[in-house]
Amino acid sequence: MRGKWEDHVVISGAGKSDFARRSGRSELDLAVQASRDAIQDAGLTPADIDGIIAWPGEIPAPMGFSGPAALRVSDALALGELTFHGSWTEGASQLAGLFSACHAVAAGVAKHVLVYRATGESSGQGGGGRSAVHPVDNNGIVGNFSWLRPFGAVSAAHWMALMATRYVHEYGLKPEQLGWVAVNNRAHAALTPHAVYRDPITIDDYLESRVITSPLRLYDCDVPSDAAVAFVVSAVDTVPDLRAPVRIEAVGSAYSGRPFWDQWTHPTHMASHAAAKHMWSRTDLRQDDVDVAQLYDGFSFILIAWLEALGFCGPGEAGAFVEGGERIRIGGQLPLNTGGGQLSGGRVHAHSLLYESCVQIRGEAGARQVQGAQVALTSAGAGPLGGAVLLTPPR
Amino acid sequence: MTALTPPLPRLTPESDFYWTSGATGTLSLLRCSACGFYLHPPTPQCRACGSADVAPQPVSGRATLFTFTVSYQQLLPSIPAPYVVGIVALEEQDDVHITTRIVGVDLDEVRIGMPLQVRFEQHDDVYLPLFAPVPA
Ligand SMILES: [Zn+2]
Repeated sequence: MRGKWEDHVVISGAGKSDFARRSGRSELDLAVQASRDAIQDAGLTPADIDGIIAWPGEIPAPMGFSGPAALRVSDALALGELTFHGSWTEGASQLAGLFSACHAVAAGVAKHVLVYRATGESSGQGGGGRSAVHPVDNNGIVGNFSWLRPFGAVSAAHWMALMATRYVHEYGLKPEQLGWVAVNNRAHAALTPHAVYRDPITIDDYLESRVITSPLRLYDCDVPSDAAVAFVVSAVDTVPDLRAPVRIEAVGSAYSGRPFWDQWTHPTHMASHAAAKHMWSRTDLRQDDVDVAQLYDGFSFILIAWLEALGFCGPGEAGAFVEGGERIRIGGQLPLNTGGGQLSGGRVHAHSLLYESCVQIRGEAGARQVQGAQVALTSAGAGPLGGAVLLTPPR
Repeated sequence: MTALTPPLPRLTPESDFYWTSGATGTLSLLRCSACGFYLHPPTPQCRACGSADVAPQPVSGRATLFTFTVSYQQLLPSIPAPYVVGIVALEEQDDVHITTRIVGVDLDEVRIGMPLQVRFEQHDDVYLPLFAPVPA
């Protein structure tokens, strides 16, 4: 392979299902809707697809979390002979499936690989807290969860809140700073037709919202949704057949530190640092070149950590960076989470963030378009998982 | 298993010594006999020097609070909310962290850095290590 692998692939299609709370639809139905949308968006047909990959595949998890296995989606789409097929349950963030699809295409294993994430978490949760009901508890917990769940640390909210408390202790992050992540995302969701929650909120609304697990409030937590997002990754030599390909400038992918969320000795030194370092090592572009960014916001604090990991702010400076919202709104210095992110747009585990980056690069974002967006950054993951992607228009 | 039983670890050869060590009233961690490094969560060989000469060894049970969160949602019938989840740093080796519940303290008196002492909550063979403030 000549040069870097990113030059051998494009994101040819970006598609989505309807996003909703408690839709009652099956995850397979959502996955198929998003997949057909992505394939059509690429200017292709299902007959062109020769590979498929899911994140995370069908794994033991709370109701609605996993989404359908790749073989079931392949069957529902009546795909033909596939030369590449799989799912990722570990990997460099929730975008590991997309990265792997890129690697397969760059290596010549397949020409057009379908990548998807589908979740029915909103319907799956019903009235009960999903965290409290997890199949890993049956017959005794083994592995990573065994160090957490017996003590009531059953939710990702707990794991991130523990990091956030330490960050507040070291750097003095104030609630009225952290809250701007949620307020800004909601303002952008108001401009995003498919976002789940679109009514604007104020910083006072944020401060009055109930504490879920300190210091995280309701509006610091992303929204479990019924939704799917899909992409098609295509070989660069198929570009003449494609409607609106998006170029991948650089990918950073990392696993670092211990696999346990509680063994980290610094509140932001997650794998995000290693993923950011890897990404910047693969491009001449720098922070100042980024026109728009979708940073992982499973919880607002994760976005704070990513701002510092990616070098947009120094250690402890991200709170002041987001405070007041001027820098991070559309039209500001670094527009963040222009589709409402996951806090307001709905949780599709980074795939909705990458979708928004594709739409921005194509100039198809309508009322929320960042004018002249030529470089879009997406980041995914927290704890030991980290991935980051820079997209640009075709050269 | 009743509603008052929290989710419990399965006893496996990897870590059964840890979960049952409270039966002696003392917490045990895996430790490298060659270099003295504590291995937690346990690994079959030393992460510092590579030695396979590792064995459970009692520790003081003293730790300081590295960070915490007060959880207000009622998630598990066995753990009434609000409750405090903490990560403690072991006195013997402060990069050994243990996620636990902080008990025996008012919610508004929990502070990063406070000295803590292990106490155990028994569920049949499993002794969950919880941590409480050291009496003044
Ligand atoms: Zn050793």
